[in-house]
Amino acid sequence: MPDSAAAAGPLLPGPEQDALLRQVTGELTDKGFVVAQLDKLVNWARCGSLWPMTFGLACCAVEMMHTYVSRYDLDRFGVVPRPSPRQSDVIIVAGTLTNKMAPAFRRVYDQMAEPRYVISMGSCANGGGYYHYSYSVVRGCDRVVPVDVYVPGCPPTAEALLYGILQLQKKIRRTGTLWR
Amino acid sequence: MDLVLRELLEYIVDSMPSSVTGSSLTKGELIIGVQRESLIQVLKFLRDDVNCQFKMLIDICGVDYPDRDQRFEVVYNLLSLSHNNRIRVKVAVAEDVAVPSATVVFSCANWWEREAWDLYGIPFSDHPDLRRILTDYGFEGHPLRKDFPLTGYVEVRYDDARKRVVYEPVKLTQEFRSFDFLSPWEGTPTLLPGDEKATNAGKGTA
Repeated sequence: MPDSAAAAGPLLPGPEQDALLRQVTGELTDKGFVVAQLDKLVNWARCGSLWPMTFGLACCAVEMMHTYVSRYDLDRFGVVPRPSPRQSDVIIVAGTLTNKMAPAFRRVYDQMAEPRYVISMGSCANGGGYYHYSYSVVRGCDRVVPVDVYVPGCPPTAEALLYGILQLQKKIRRTGTLWR
Repeated sequence: MDLVLRELLEYIVDSMPSSVTGSSLTKGELIIGVQRESLIQVLKFLRDDVNCQFKMLIDICGVDYPDRDQRFEVVYNLLSLSHNNRIRVKVAVAEDVAVPSATVVFSCANWWEREAWDLYGIPFSDHPDLRRILTDYGFEGHPLRKDFPLTGYVEVRYDDARKRVVYEPVKLTQEFRSFDFLSPWEGTPTLLPGDEKATNAGKGTA
């Protein structure tokens, strides 16, 4: 932009303004500047407000509560538990997923808006864990929904879940695009 | 305390000699065995009799003894708040033989009987709503029976083509293994570490 134009205040419509706009548009088209930055902006927003669907199924839920409340305080990462799948971005499967629960769980997952993520928390959700050979337990919640992050442990500590959430943020930052 | 319990047990047995099949006082716990036909009468007596006052039904459980002729046992745990006593009433029952429902005596028996029906397949006659309570909708079999396979018959998975959770015959990549954690090659030794000292002392060689 010419120095004289900036000093003279707002550019009035005319050949000078047209030239400037052409120049800026040209720069944008050449470098793809806006798209890249919008991606980053969107990823930043997604990382900073990961609203999890409250889905405590067993004892892991207690550890999940510990992560939410004052000591680890997930609020400071923008992680606020939601009671509705329509408002959620991520579902934390905290506990044993039984055969009876599986259709309900899938329905809740289906009701979540894209983009949606799944954190599988604890041995039972990861692969059946202690109940792997049981007649009534799903051998891993990845048989029902696609899982993004597996948090190991029985139950995982609050730190472990926190780390899992940070890993998910990292994953979104790295791979997240506007269209999945 | 034991003497009081002994007296109470004798009193109960003497009041209904034809209904009670067996009784014992082990580790300070009253246990009576009861004929299936007279179960309701016994429960009513235990609840209403002034010396018993077992007004609270704590739990109903089922037990499976596959070797016995009367395969199942239904156990009623009763509590008397006024006398601070507990009693256990056991009824032996063969497979597919109905036990009279205790809901007429204790209304809280409803769900426990449903549970016993669900997990053991013990039917209860005159139950207001006898259906499964814990297992999956459309579940087949009674999982706490000794002859029920540990892993059951079906497993679930989401079918992407049909867009719903489907049931399939169970398929395990690795069978269930029982570990003893002492020696993975030789199994549990008959002598536990440290036992040899006791044996030596017994022989008088130590």
